[in-house]
Amino acid sequence: MIPEIGHFALILALSLAICQSVLPLIGAYRNDVAMMAVARTAAVGQFIFVAVSFACLTWAFLSDDFSVLYVANHSQLALPTGYKVSAVWSAHEGSLLLWILLLAAWTVAVVRYSSALPKIFAARVVGVLGLLSVGFLLFTLLTSNPFERLVPAAMDGGDLNPLLQDPGLAIHPPLLYVGYVGFSVAFAFAIAAMLSGDLDQKWAKWTRPWTIVAWLFLTLGIALGSWWAYYELGWGGWWFWDPVENASFMPWLIGTALIHSLAVTERRGLFKSWTLLLAISAFSLSLLGTFLVRSGIIISVHAFATDPARGFFILVFLAVVIIGALALYAWRAPALDSDVGFGLLSRETFLLLNNVLLVIAATLVLLGTMAPLIVEMLDGSKISIGPPWFQVAFLVPMVPLIFLLGLGMHTAWRSQQPGPWLKLFRIPVIIAVVVGIILPLLFYGRVSLMLIVGCVAAVWIVASALIQPLRSWRRSGGSAGITRSALGMSVAHIGVGFFVIGVTVVSAFGIESDRAMRVGESLEVGGFHFEMREIRDVQGPNYSAIEGVIEIRQDGKYLATVRPQKRRYLVQQEWMTEAGIYASWNKDLFVALGDQLGDGAWSVRIQYKPMIRFIWLGAFIMALGGLISVSDRRYRQ
Amino acid sequence: MNRFLLPLIAVVLMIPILILGLRSDPSKLPSPYIGKPAPEFELPGLKDPSITVSTASLEGRMTLVNIWATWCTGCRVEHAFLMQLAEQGTIPIYGINWRDNREHALRWLAELGDPYVASGFDADARVGIDWGAYGAPETFLVSPHGIVLYRFAGPLNQAIWEREFLPRIAEVAVQ
Repeated sequence: MIPEIGHFALILALSLAICQSVLPLIGAYRNDVAMMAVARTAAVGQFIFVAVSFACLTWAFLSDDFSVLYVANHSQLALPTGYKVSAVWSAHEGSLLLWILLLAAWTVAVVRYSSALPKIFAARVVGVLGLLSVGFLLFTLLTSNPFERLVPAAMDGGDLNPLLQDPGLAIHPPLLYVGYVGFSVAFAFAIAAMLSGDLDQKWAKWTRPWTIVAWLFLTLGIALGSWWAYYELGWGGWWFWDPVENASFMPWLIGTALIHSLAVTERRGLFKSWTLLLAISAFSLSLLGTFLVRSGIIISVHAFATDPARGFFILVFLAVVIIGALALYAWRAPALDSDVGFGLLSRETFLLLNNVLLVIAATLVLLGTMAPLIVEMLDGSKISIGPPWFQVAFLVPMVPLIFLLGLGMHTAWRSQQPGPWLKLFRIPVIIAVVVGIILPLLFYGRVSLMLIVGCVAAVWIVASALIQPLRSWRRSGGSAGITRSALGMSVAHIGVGFFVIGVTVVSAFGIESDRAMRVGESLEVGGFHFEMREIRDVQGPNYSAIEGVIEIRQDGKYLATVRPQKRRYLVQQEWMTEAGIYASWNKDLFVALGDQLGDGAWSVRIQYKPMIRFIWLGAFIMALGGLISVSDRRYRQ
Repeated sequence: MNRFLLPLIAVVLMIPILILGLRSDPSKLPSPYIGKPAPEFELPGLKDPSITVSTASLEGRMTLVNIWATWCTGCRVEHAFLMQLAEQGTIPIYGINWRDNREHALRWLAELGDPYVASGFDADARVGIDWGAYGAPETFLVSPHGIVLYRFAGPLNQAIWEREFLPRIAEVAVQ
């Protein structure tokens, strides 16, 4: 009964979504206040019914209702309760429902905080969001109903994919989706503005906080996904340029560009058409990401669904949304040319460069992801583009971007006098060069070109990002002298610096070593001694495991004991590697258990990963910067 | 030309690529077992548990191994075609009844007809996993020497049969 209620609630939500989209859009066109007023009520109602539906599916999981096909396929009696909840979004149908729930939640947030917006504009925004809801609700109801019954009911379920039985992956999709879906708000604002044809600077001011919030969740989501891949996939890498990772990374790059170009549009009324295009692109890439992951067009560790009917629906939806938006853009954008100019040395120039470089980076990732498909179309062969290509290609736009970033932050709008500007950078440049070269020499005893470039760049960003907060702190003796918005910018850029340090050091000094090991034997990797004390069997709730107990010593002193496991999940009979990791702020020691080699020997993969925590710490600080920035007073008016 | 049209044109050009990807990929999941001996199995028969269906049953002639279940809608779709194949007598079809309920499977065969020479009952999905099945239905073409020649995921139909299976069967017949 409960699953049927969930299904029915979803149908009601669809009806309300249709009201939420059609009536306000017609109302805005005819200037009919009553029709526009439907937007708010319908949006709230839609959210409530979607939430009911989501709760019903969660309940089906918690109560082990294996008469629901989706539950039977993705849960099991012995599954720990927490994972029963996260199993709701572990596969196609449920993650789609989560997407719809988040879209409805964002819409309600827009309704709640849009009282300052002109009525017509707000109605259009909510109407456009409603159209997106209609698309996704139709998709779910027509091709991917999560409440489909299994008759007769299964005695027990097929279990959650063991790869997904992990706290990191339990919260990774919701965070990522909040980000993805959040770009729909920027998209809806852009479409609403283009529908009215009235694109003043206020539009940019309204869009900015929404975009930053979406961006900060996407940042957290991607970082968490990278962390999960690091310790759960058992390879010890933190980024694989996997198509599904790329699908989340492209909207991030474009979203980052959008945040920066919105700043220009808000402050100076420039780049209007460009900003619109970025807003459309960020959301289109989020949709494309969904398409790539969900249609099974690209097979990877992450892709779960392979059903051509679903892929076709998403493709049609994608085409309607993107082509519609871009056609509207082609119609409206020509009227937006601005005649305000700016000097060659000005913040506008730097932000323009930022945008160009970020868009180049996103294009390279897109090309690398789509190239296998294009090659297949041309000559039918299947190729894959590996990480080496991405690593090199990606550095081309990124290295200049990192160096320009420090300069751009301190350049005035309109036009900057070169004299005082150059003087400002004297100290940060000296710090960057000295610290960036000496530190790696001191700690790791060797340097190379890429290492110097990376370290200098990272120190340079942190040093120049600190100029403004330090100055205002010295001037006023407190934090009063700097706006939250500017402080957020500094913090986010410091995060970039941390990230760059992490990537540089770990790729220069990381060690990976695959060895054979017996109980009682000891190995040395990167100056650390690893001794295998014991191999034993361990029982988990829904798996049995072989666990290695490995003691790590440094200079004869005990450092830590790690317990890598190989788990065999009982229902799906799949082996999973659970790495044993000793983590401290400046290094990770990573041990993964491989195969039994016979004769009591086991293959082990031991890795020394200096500064790897800085990669995720950097991402976290970037997101924190975003959070500080949206708390700025001017967004609350 | 209006430069603001360029993004639109770029996207329109990309769509054929996506359609192509959509058309070509899902059925072409490569099986790790193609060209290799079929994974060993031994299952109790669905209709008569005292008879076993095993790798030995496949020996000596070209066979199809079809993984099916009553909960799988794709299996219902392809069932009519399997019946047709069985009536033509082109090739013996062995079934692996996967993650299913015996009573239900028997009723299914009674109602829709039984195209299989025999079906093994694989309640705990062990054999399905050994064969690398992604889902049901899946169909494997196995040579007289027990080598997996081809694997198809999804409901089988006449067009796929003529395009993918018949040429491979003919090839082995010539040898």
